[in-house]
Amino acid sequence: MAQSNSKHQILVCQGTGCEASKSAKINQALAGEIKNAGLSDTIQVKATGCHGFCQQGPTVIIEPEGIFYTGVKVEDASELVKSSFVENKPLERLLYHDPATKKAIPLYKDIPFYSLQHRLILRNCGEINPEEIADYLARGGYTALKKVISSMEPMQVISEVQRSGLRGRGGAGFSTGKKWEAAYKAKGSPKYVVCNAGAFMDRSVMEADPHSVLEGMAIAAYAIGASQGYIYVLSDYHLAVKRFNLAMEEARKRNLLGKNILGSKFSFDIDISLGAGAWVCGEARALLCSIEGKRGMPRVRPPLSVDAGLWGLPTCTNNLRTLASVPLIIDKGADWFASIGTEGSKGTAVLGLTGKIVNNGMVEVPMGTTLRKVIFDIGGGIPEGKRFKAVQTGGPSGGCLPESALDLPVDFEALAKAGSIMGSGAIAVMDEDTCMVNAAQGFLSFCRDESCGKCVPCREGLPLMVEIIGRITTGKGKPEDLSRLIEMSETLMQGSLCGLGKTAPNPVLTSIRYFRDEWEAHINEKRCPALVCKELINFYILPDKCQGCGICARSCPADAITGGKRMVHVIDQSKCIKCATCLEKCPPKFSAVKKVSGEAVEVPKEPVPIAAGAATK
Amino acid sequence: MVTETDVRKQTRDVIAPLQGRRGALLPAMQAVQQKLGYLPLEAMEEIGELAGVSANVVYGVATFYAQFRTKPVGRRMIAVCRGNACSVRGSERILETIERALNIKVGETTPDREYSLETVACIGACSMAPAMKINEETIGKLTTKAAEDLFPKKAKQEGASEK
Repeated sequence: MAQSNSKHQILVCQGTGCEASKSAKINQALAGEIKNAGLSDTIQVKATGCHGFCQQGPTVIIEPEGIFYTGVKVEDASELVKSSFVENKPLERLLYHDPATKKAIPLYKDIPFYSLQHRLILRNCGEINPEEIADYLARGGYTALKKVISSMEPMQVISEVQRSGLRGRGGAGFSTGKKWEAAYKAKGSPKYVVCNAGAFMDRSVMEADPHSVLEGMAIAAYAIGASQGYIYVLSDYHLAVKRFNLAMEEARKRNLLGKNILGSKFSFDIDISLGAGAWVCGEARALLCSIEGKRGMPRVRPPLSVDAGLWGLPTCTNNLRTLASVPLIIDKGADWFASIGTEGSKGTAVLGLTGKIVNNGMVEVPMGTTLRKVIFDIGGGIPEGKRFKAVQTGGPSGGCLPESALDLPVDFEALAKAGSIMGSGAIAVMDEDTCMVNAAQGFLSFCRDESCGKCVPCREGLPLMVEIIGRITTGKGKPEDLSRLIEMSETLMQGSLCGLGKTAPNPVLTSIRYFRDEWEAHINEKRCPALVCKELINFYILPDKCQGCGICARSCPADAITGGKRMVHVIDQSKCIKCATCLEKCPPKFSAVKKVSGEAVEVPKEPVPIAAGAATK
Repeated sequence: MVTETDVRKQTRDVIAPLQGRRGALLPAMQAVQQKLGYLPLEAMEEIGELAGVSANVVYGVATFYAQFRTKPVGRRMIAVCRGNACSVRGSERILETIERALNIKVGETTPDREYSLETVACIGACSMAPAMKINEETIGKLTTKAAEDLFPKKAKQEGASEK
């Protein structure tokens, strides 16, 4: 169905975030309102994939103007339709408001979150209905596949990708062109193309623009001479799986997938392989084991998987975002792609903004954009007026970088130099309330649990390192623990086969490198400066502030608080489990609960009447 | 009560379409777990037969991946995400809250078989962190209060007349 230009479209985001906020119902409600208003002929309501600004979800966009509505609820549907299409003025209260100026910004292209982005891989995300192939075709979809099949030799495709400077988006950053060339030259048949869609950002693209992935896989298959592809996605990602299945069906109907694609000799089809929940399977060789139906464990190289991958046959494994970039490179040329980004890292980076950041969501920026611009200009900085403390890039095994690293450009080399990784593109921001020792322990425990157990330094080293850090967080650390941790990290990096073991120590090493004073406070002073580590903190009820309301005592899960009406309440330190419930429940107007580390607070031993409490203010 | 022969028959029915397929082991295990809720020993033997491997190997694979369970679980499976986005946003405290509310630890099932509690690596809902899943439903932007309110209140020994 071709849409005439005079038509309006209402795009309702149905990415994972918005869908969890019942955006499917909003879609129905809007469609109902449009129908009731007799506007169905000129206005189309359309479900899209993730538009990235998840923090403001559920989001609704009116095209062609690009009016951006945030936090839309089902009950807003009638007012939204009336205001936008009957009165012809945007509905002010649902527009995005600049947090600083409090002014409404009606168009999404004017919102800093979007205006500072450069959306290539996400070009269609949130703009098209992922369940309609016509939408993808209308935006130039599959022209690249047609071009390579009709007018390019495989080696031409490979050299174009090589010239573009495209590097793997999955983490390692290996040259995609070089990998394809090796797979092309490898002996053996059939050959396989495998798409790794393990990360949150991959899932979003798969849900929002599945055809771009499919087209990228088909071009890769044409280039290396593969006839079968697999897309590896977690079985939990139901929506992504459903939409990709639909996309494949539609593509097969139009002869864009299957036998003799577009009448050529090139045949290629794809199977979905459902991952069973093992983080190590993000590692290419472990992933291939998983597709074969084995425990996902990395193998010794050589042979490389391009020579002997799935079932011992040549296999080219690329990240989903790498593959989704390929159709653009073919369409617009290698020179155009190479003009974006930095010397060593071309193109764009898709980043998942998470943690203590105002604008949670998914963004895309040119490689080389500084972390500061990403976190503060696009991400909106730290919520609740807190101070920035650290940012972890690349996932749980990325390094934790301090404020002094904020002017680093986001690219493979700069992040590696600072002790972190590009990794999956995750950007997890930590604020002043984060304890870097505790954070390092958390990330390391994650890797310990996910270690496949094949390499001894990873299997045995990680639990020991977690134990040592555990000692430090409970006030039993020794000064020599730091050098021991560094030494173990080095062994782990040298003695592990795959990326998991090689990168797992990153958060520990960077945390010690940039936040050494915090580690020393734990070890030497038995104090947690961020007031996080449970064994090193205490909660006290201040007698001059407590009004004896009893909320804390009723909420305490450990029954550690005693008191009574108009009595100053007292926490029994031997019973306290440091859950902080009292701190949260104490009414803000009293703020009588104080959390401290390494200092004693003078409080009564038994409940005393309020008046008798010291110096009532 | 499901008998051993039932389990074998149901397993064979579910995995029959995968006969002869390369790499059938994981899809077969996933299909059987979907049907039975977990992988009983007899089912693992049947699956092994189909995939041409011993039940040992099936068990090895089952215990390797987080998705598979070798014991029956509660009607509602709570999976608390501990990916890095969620842990930065306090998933650990969410987990503790639920452990307290249900009086079980991670990996356990309530005596009434209503809830099972587990943690998962990443459910891909990082923008809604901290997040968890109860069966297929994703619940995000959790607070300890919100997590507590999802479950029936334990009868408190005293001061139960809040509000």
